[in-house]
Amino acid sequence: MFDFFTRKGKSKSVAKDRLKLVLIHDRANCSTEVLELMRADIIRTISKYMEIDEEALEFKVGTTKSDTSENLVPALFANIPIKSVKRQEVL
Amino acid sequence: MSEAIVITSGKGGVGKTTTSANLGTGLAILGKKVVLLDADIGLRNLDVVLGLENRIVYNLIDVIEGNCKLKNALIKDKKHPGLFLLPAAQTRDKDAISPEQMMELITTLKKDFDYVLIDCPAGIEQGFKNAIAGADKAIIVTTPEVSAIRDADRIIGLLEANEIKDARLIVNRIRMDMVKRGDMMSIEDVVEILAIDLIGVVPDDEQIVISTNTGDPIVNSQNILSGRAYLNICKRITGDDVPYLDLNAETGLFRRLKSLIGFNN
Repeated sequence: MFDFFTRKGKSKSVAKDRLKLVLIHDRANCSTEVLELMRADIIRTISKYMEIDEEALEFKVGTTKSDTSENLVPALFANIPIKSVKRQEVL
Repeated sequence: MSEAIVITSGKGGVGKTTTSANLGTGLAILGKKVVLLDADIGLRNLDVVLGLENRIVYNLIDVIEGNCKLKNALIKDKKHPGLFLLPAAQTRDKDAISPEQMMELITTLKKDFDYVLIDCPAGIEQGFKNAIAGADKAIIVTTPEVSAIRDADRIIGLLEANEIKDARLIVNRIRMDMVKRGDMMSIEDVVEILAIDLIGVVPDDEQIVISTNTGDPIVNSQNILSGRAYLNICKRITGDDVPYLDLNAETGLFRRLKSLIGFNN
């Protein structure tokens, strides 16, 4: 609330950042619901082979430079910390 | 060679109809033969913005259904002999026409006019599909707000999918005082995000409200900055490479002060 008064004149960059993120999702046709489903699926799959730190797991859509042009293209970023690799016998 | 240009935005209330009226009028000022086609079936408004609401006898649906001849439905502008309006029907809905019928109508109009400007309804439903059906090019109107820019981005995608490759951007209602203090996205910000070519910038101006009140498009008043901005866009449409206006030069108060002391430019 007090932030509102002290951060006068900086709302443009907030708007721009929010908009950029929304457009990444819009353009990739990928909603937060879909992202959540994918995240759950990926955790389930990886957990079969490795013990991962679900709390520290990062999973988001962002942009990366295209291989073929200078344009930024949407990309899926996943940072999945491994606690331990399960032994083959467990499989 | 004649062109059909659709004026669209996705979001409602960003100034599509005002832009259509001013671009049509401006092109007529430049000596072009122009027809403005109101594709917002059921929510007709281009007639009132142009001040022609009392002259409507027939409308676009009447033409398509063959109730009247095309030339009987065209309304001649009060000031400019080269400007005509084909009004939308007010008591019908968007399903009364199909994209194919629209395409046929525009092909016919292009034989008689240099420019066919299509005022697109808000949204991305049937009305939008009808409005873009016969268009060669598009002008996308947005304001420097997140909601309008998001919708404009969606529209750009849909236009590309419909093979309309030539789409250019008008940033409407920019307030340079807010841009300067960091509370509004700048032209550069908007162009960077949407990644399409700019064709014009129109400042936020209470004179535009007044011109809509009286049904006299602001482009008829070349002593007003926003009126000049619209005429410059028209020149760019005709292929003239006109430099952009310095919108910082005159804010409302400053202009009024200048006119008070009799300093008119």
